[in-house]
Amino acid sequence: MTATELLADLRLIVPELVLAIGALGLLVAGVFIRGEQAASRLVSMVSMALLVLAAGVAVFLAPEGGGTAFNGAIILDSFALYAKAVVFLAAAVALVLAGNFLEAERIGRFEYPVLILLATLGMSVMVSANDLITLYLGLELQSLSLYVLAAFNRDSLRASEAGLKYFVLGALSSGLLLYGASLVYGFAGSTGFDAIALAAADPSVGLIFGLVFVVSGLAFKISAAPFHMWTPDVYEGAPTPVAAFFATAPKFAAMMLLIRVLMEPFGAMADQWQQITIILAILSMAIGALGALLQTNIKRLMAYSSIGNMGYALVGLSAGTEAAVWAVMLYMTLYVIGVAGAFGVILSMRRAEGMVERIEDLAGLSKTRPGLALAFTGLLLSIGGMPFLVGFFGKFLVFFAAVQAGLIWLAVLGGLFSTISIAYYLMVLKRVWFDEPVAEFLPAPASIAVITRVAGIGTVGLLLLVPFMLGQVMQASAVFGG
Amino acid sequence: MLEIGLGHYLTLAAILFTIGVFGIFVNRKNVIILLMSIELLLLAVNINLVAFSAHLGDLAGQVFAMFILTVAAAEAAVGLAILVVFFRNRGDIAVEGVNLMKG
Repeated sequence: MTATELLADLRLIVPELVLAIGALGLLVAGVFIRGEQAASRLVSMVSMALLVLAAGVAVFLAPEGGGTAFNGAIILDSFALYAKAVVFLAAAVALVLAGNFLEAERIGRFEYPVLILLATLGMSVMVSANDLITLYLGLELQSLSLYVLAAFNRDSLRASEAGLKYFVLGALSSGLLLYGASLVYGFAGSTGFDAIALAAADPSVGLIFGLVFVVSGLAFKISAAPFHMWTPDVYEGAPTPVAAFFATAPKFAAMMLLIRVLMEPFGAMADQWQQITIILAILSMAIGALGALLQTNIKRLMAYSSIGNMGYALVGLSAGTEAAVWAVMLYMTLYVIGVAGAFGVILSMRRAEGMVERIEDLAGLSKTRPGLALAFTGLLLSIGGMPFLVGFFGKFLVFFAAVQAGLIWLAVLGGLFSTISIAYYLMVLKRVWFDEPVAEFLPAPASIAVITRVAGIGTVGLLLLVPFMLGQVMQASAVFGG
Repeated sequence: MLEIGLGHYLTLAAILFTIGVFGIFVNRKNVIILLMSIELLLLAVNINLVAFSAHLGDLAGQVFAMFILTVAAAEAAVGLAILVVFFRNRGDIAVEGVNLMKG
């Protein structure tokens, strides 16, 4: 490999280099800055800047036409670029949301933003993986950082239990994924996605086995039922900003990875994986809708909501067409925006005695904090897919893609579960609007207030931007066309 | 004389993998055993990869196995660290004790 070839390859991974060098530099810098709070604040600020910088580099400085790097291990195409931009910005928002919470809970350490950076680096590698080895390394870099983040509040039994559960089940899913990867390698004869795609045109039994294991491993990462067991516990136990991070960037990245794996190397095996994604979709929608009805903790409710929403995304993905890909991409983008705002509201639930997270604590929010209540209403209904908030269009397009591919019954089932799921969002909103207030929340920090308001306005305001976003996701998903 | 071929290695890996999965789900005693089961899963995969690599005459499988070994070490480090944190908060590491939140 000559120096020019190396430089050409490195040009394709500039955002990753920014994050990797930045994270390592900050890790060293954090040790030398005096005072825990000062270090945490400074590192946090620089991390946000790095994430925005990486997003800017990914969008504006990407080499024309993309390409593959390092003997086809990494691919940069419009799909990867779009996914990277969303992941970086979602991670930056998660850092903003964490701002005052960690200090108030006395867990404001500078390792937190560094871990977020490393996890984001892993996601970035995941979405541009073009080889099973790259896929695995990206996924593990992300997962290992997330395990630590889940247990970040190390003096809390709940947080450490959440971390332990997440770790054990996450490692199990990595094992499943790897076992699948080894079978795919053996029966396709290569770890590269292009070579696997050739072998998938005439699949052997071993390759189908491998596919099942790989999809199971990835289903765990997007918390699709029946691989969802960890989600409610981890969301409840982990510090709230960590849960907010879990619900946004990693979900999005894992879904994009799943899309790439299913559409690219296994594109020719759509008949086989369709059966798996349909089962995952139905189970996720059912468990998401019914499980959430009985929850009293708002974070657990959001966990079940995320399980259900992954089910709807999988309905679209089951169609397996290019239209399905852009529908899922748009759906996931809108979901990430909505969830970031909703977690902003949850992070505003602070009373003098500390954070509260029961649904009944929201009673009378419309009287004490009308702006927040209005934003929360818009966000929850948008996540639930209420017409004519912006989330509705995401869900509509996803179901439309399924109908176009002839999966009408699946779309009908999705609509049914979607209606049930509106019920629990309305149960929360009933507390917000019709119950008597118990006690007022303390004013939220400006950064969180801005995010909730912007996301809340976005549930209506983004309607104007839907054509623009459609253009973006259609362009991004064109790589899977034909 | 029995010839040891690809099939034997794959069977061995499948058996080890199954033992690992069962170790995670059946074990009710000790979290350390969970970590050992996880390690068993990864090593079963490595046997698979190396066997395939030798069978195909392609080095990528062995490179993959090296990466898995490296990641497994990192994974064990993170896992043990989380386990130590859990132990400090709770005082024991019985699997039955990991039940503060109902899943």
